[in-house]
Amino acid sequence: MSTSVGDVVVTGLGATTPLGSDVASTWDALLAGRSGVSRITDDWAKEFPAQLVARLAADPAGQLDRVRARRLDRSQQVAAVAAEEAWRHSGAADSGVAPERVAVVFGTGIGGALTLLGQDDVLEEKGPKRVSPFTIPMLMPNGPAAAVGLAIGAKGGVHAPVSACASGAEAIRWGLDLLRFDRADVVLVGGAEACVHPLPMAGFAAMRAMSTRNDEPERASRPFDKARDGFVLGEGAAALVLERGDSARARGARVHARLAGAGGTADGYDLVAPHPEGEGAGRAIAAAVRDAGLTSADIGHVNAHATSTPVGDTAEAAAIRGTIGEHTLVTATKSQTGHLLGAAGALESVFTILALREQVVPATANLDDPDDDAAVQALDIVRREPRRAQFAAAVNDSFGFGGHNIALVFTTA
Amino acid sequence: MSEDIQTGLAEILEEVAGVAPADATPEKSFTEDLDVDSLSMVEIATAVEDKFGVAIPDDELANIKTVGDAMSYIQKNKA
Repeated sequence: MSTSVGDVVVTGLGATTPLGSDVASTWDALLAGRSGVSRITDDWAKEFPAQLVARLAADPAGQLDRVRARRLDRSQQVAAVAAEEAWRHSGAADSGVAPERVAVVFGTGIGGALTLLGQDDVLEEKGPKRVSPFTIPMLMPNGPAAAVGLAIGAKGGVHAPVSACASGAEAIRWGLDLLRFDRADVVLVGGAEACVHPLPMAGFAAMRAMSTRNDEPERASRPFDKARDGFVLGEGAAALVLERGDSARARGARVHARLAGAGGTADGYDLVAPHPEGEGAGRAIAAAVRDAGLTSADIGHVNAHATSTPVGDTAEAAAIRGTIGEHTLVTATKSQTGHLLGAAGALESVFTILALREQVVPATANLDDPDDDAAVQALDIVRREPRRAQFAAAVNDSFGFGGHNIALVFTTA
Repeated sequence: MSEDIQTGLAEILEEVAGVAPADATPEKSFTEDLDVDSLSMVEIATAVEDKFGVAIPDDELANIKTVGDAMSYIQKNKA
């Protein structure tokens, strides 16, 4: 999309994930093929059908001031940690940008579930007078965005898209729009999730959405593989700093990639089941490519949403094959990180940007025997080890319960 | 007795609001000097009840402006 504000670029990256406490350690672990998945050993999990989780590599509370950490839900703690890394990394704080021209868009799928459920326990056990006065600010789904806004002093607007597992990607799309409409000069975008607790685990398990490969934690998340049986719940956050290309270059910022386009659609099909042919997903991808002024032949790499569920992966494969084609290098990094729900789109955008910058596509772990589905068979899914390649444009797509589809196109700086 | 109260209150302030114990002196204002916000005051009141067995009703809490005010209230209402 050509607008008066010109191109939008990425100048800062941040993350705290099951693979590492920052972007560098996460990326290194990803390329090394390490898994963030483990089996829950807590007593409560003993009777659970799905006992696997991708926990954070580092406790976010340990990365924040103690008093500040105790007033933030874990989903807000991870948001703050990732956002502060991205903000530092961008150097935007030293650029002289007015706080009134700095905005935040930070999504979450579930919000402050640990606070909600923890304080419900307090209410039941000790009564209403013992419920924390920080309960509401810690559980509200705009909490991660608000915590990030305070952390970087953003006064140009703080927004919180909530679209399940598309939330992080949707935040990036909103950020692009804010810059294109000249509503801000710098936008910090991202997603956060931290809801490892018996209730969400039981709820996802009741949907039969989670892997029950409890005896082989590191082999459980296996997108596109014939033996996949569901996703593995992960926790963490990722953040990006977006700004206009001309001002970023004028201040000498390092540009990691361009955010060239975005597309968003709704399936209009079912509350939770994806359209079997990925119709809405395909429309989102096509819209993003068109928005970027590119054609499908230009897209050299796709970081797929691929959560390792039986129906989701084949629907997405059909969408990618139908809109991009069979030439593109596909990867599914949830095979190592687990599924970070509302943070997934942000984290996978960080991976897509690093893949572009470093010209290497991470491998899809555990893809031993690709599904017989025709689209999965037709796609070039990178497996066993990362693959070096030359490509100038890449897509990251994300889908959420509710039929939300978001696709983003990044290009080399 | 008032030294015990000051020490106990300082422990609460450090835990809840990160106030250094040396700063928790009677003349200090919670909001002006110690940067303790209204939600943290609610947490402090709960902690005071646990530690000293003294409940602080909301209308009384509104009148407690300084560390010294809190110490006096605890002293006066302690069983």
